[in-house]
Amino acid sequence: MKYVSEYRDKESALKYTGLIKKLVTREWSIMEVCGGQTHTIVKYGIDQLLPDSVTLIHGPGCPVCVTPIELIDQAISIAGLENVILCSFGDMLRVPGSCSDLLGVKASGGDVRMVYSPIDAIAIAAGNPEKEIVFFAVGFETTAPVTAAAVLQAEHLGLDNFSMLVSHVLVPPAIEVVLSGEDCAIQGFLAAGHVCTVMGYTEYEPIAEKYGVPIVVTGFEPLDILEGIHMCLKQLEEGRTDVENQYLRSVSREGNRTAIEIMRRVFEITDRKWRGIGRIPGSGLRLRERFARFDAGKKYEVSSHEVDEPEICISGEVLRGNKKPLECAAFGNVCTPEHPLGAPMVSAEGACAAYYRYRLARGK
Amino acid sequence: MNNSRITEMICPIPLSDHPEITMAHGGGGRLMNDLIDRIMLKAFTNPILDKRHDGAAIAVGEGRLAFATDSHVITPLFFPGGDIGALSVYGTVNDLAMCGADARWLSAAFIIEEGFSMKTLWKVVLSMAEASLKTGVSIVTGDTKVVDRGKGDGIYINTAGIGIIPAGVDIAPSRIREGDAVVLSGDIGRHGIAVMAIREGIQLESTIRSDLAPLDSMAGDLLREGLDIHCMRDLTRGGLASGLNEIASMTDCSIRIEENLIPVHDEVLGACEILGFDPLYVANEGRFVVILPRENGDRAVEILRRHDNGRQAEIIGFVEKPSYADVLMISSIGSERIIDMLSGEQLPRIC
Repeated sequence: MKYVSEYRDKESALKYTGLIKKLVTREWSIMEVCGGQTHTIVKYGIDQLLPDSVTLIHGPGCPVCVTPIELIDQAISIAGLENVILCSFGDMLRVPGSCSDLLGVKASGGDVRMVYSPIDAIAIAAGNPEKEIVFFAVGFETTAPVTAAAVLQAEHLGLDNFSMLVSHVLVPPAIEVVLSGEDCAIQGFLAAGHVCTVMGYTEYEPIAEKYGVPIVVTGFEPLDILEGIHMCLKQLEEGRTDVENQYLRSVSREGNRTAIEIMRRVFEITDRKWRGIGRIPGSGLRLRERFARFDAGKKYEVSSHEVDEPEICISGEVLRGNKKPLECAAFGNVCTPEHPLGAPMVSAEGACAAYYRYRLARGK
Repeated sequence: MNNSRITEMICPIPLSDHPEITMAHGGGGRLMNDLIDRIMLKAFTNPILDKRHDGAAIAVGEGRLAFATDSHVITPLFFPGGDIGALSVYGTVNDLAMCGADARWLSAAFIIEEGFSMKTLWKVVLSMAEASLKTGVSIVTGDTKVVDRGKGDGIYINTAGIGIIPAGVDIAPSRIREGDAVVLSGDIGRHGIAVMAIREGIQLESTIRSDLAPLDSMAGDLLREGLDIHCMRDLTRGGLASGLNEIASMTDCSIRIEENLIPVHDEVLGACEILGFDPLYVANEGRFVVILPRENGDRAVEILRRHDNGRQAEIIGFVEKPSYADVLMISSIGSERIIDMLSGEQLPRIC
């Protein structure tokens, strides 16, 4: 298939692994920020193709995983209300809150619907004026502009039966949290190509400079990742700390200005708790006061209390890149995709779920 | 409240221990297999059922009969490449064909919702008649129930079938041996994507048609040519990955396949890319795998390719000695990965 198979080609993969082996003179640790990249790395065994001296560390970039448990509880409470249709993306529906998940609410008779875009939720609201439609908005900068567009559309259509629970999060503050950790071993970053397709990469330039790390904006196909790793290693070997763009076919330095503009019109920056990591200042988006009537958090007075993760779970360490899933005592026995204890096991893009699916030996 | 007390409060009710049935329990993955193991097999256990083949093989007098059943609930009732009527006949005929049986007799049970259009019912029934004519089965008994409006989804159809297993045919996962070839009858993922595209209103450049087809003539040809078939399985919910896992889990062997050898149509691949699906887990209704001695592999491919529905048949891998996983795949870039059974249903990814 065009634009896919050429990025999954064995010969080109061999070429890049050869170049990397020739280039590397010492040990290096690189973090891929995005869960989609982690998924590709583990699925295609890219880490196993690299020399032993290169370590890939998996980052916190799975928006489903890091959605705070309190917000999921809130969504679950709202979904259980009379007359409400709760809509969200597919993989959000099975993420456990403290007592249930959204698919469980559906099984108990709640009207929970999977949508592909918040715009679909708008259509449901327009078609069901007697119902209240709530969209549970999760995702990084990648999905935030479409959520913002949905708010503008709801306003344009004068819909008063549509609201949203916003849990959008931003990547750069999370990278800073990882980098400012005392025991941070990360020497270079692969930034998330889709986030940068929207935002561009100017925000990453001060981070590269402040912390002295090279950052390479990277795509999601196996060859994108191999090329991104090669570019990052080249900078490390040459002692450079620039922001470079591997994902040229999608990303420009300034990003998608229309998308950024829509996002800024609708949202403002707020502090947000990340599941497994904790509160990160300036790392979330919330609706501006002007759009407060679309805020489901204000419309429905459902309370949720602070919840902690189980003690055995090392998800915080995994999300910060300090530990690998296989180092967790709960991994694969008490913690599985059917019984997730921590954030990275709950979504298919989480590091633990990726290891469970592609790496956990369970043969005869 | 102190931390330890809050920790004690956490009860992420696991899906597999859910007090109620969820959609994932019917998704063809690990949860459905759990349900069958822990509820159905536990209550009904007997030597025939415990073999867990697509249908039951029963000795009657000198010969053997195959007996299978399948229920059909699908939205939309009509989709590109088929409808619930043809699906209900082929579903059971295919299960019988996978036992090496010649399908003969079918029962048909209808659960119809009050208010369902008589015209649509006629269309469905005609499609069943046509499918049974095509596969040489007779629908010899049936049942009809009507439920209140709102208590059904238009129409549900169950069929059960009986077929005759020719003398000398012995097909079961337990016969698989190290070194056997794994043959796939055609490209995968069409049915799941065709139905999903209609159901979810996903616009693709061209219409993907379901692969819905009877497998009896292809399976019959393989047997008539005298190939020593060890196991056959039609790939339905859960796709190729689940089918291979089900087979491997019942043997002492592992199965190793190669990604580059598995045919997937570009349109299916494109839709999977958009939705974040893996075509290995997408449903089929007219594809099956045949496992047979390595030296018969090429011959099986040749026979399957004589059929319109088998033009893309390929040897996709081999049975090997036990390994760290039941099913392994060499990826397109040459690395190795585990092909696990899906936990529940595949859900579209966020980005």
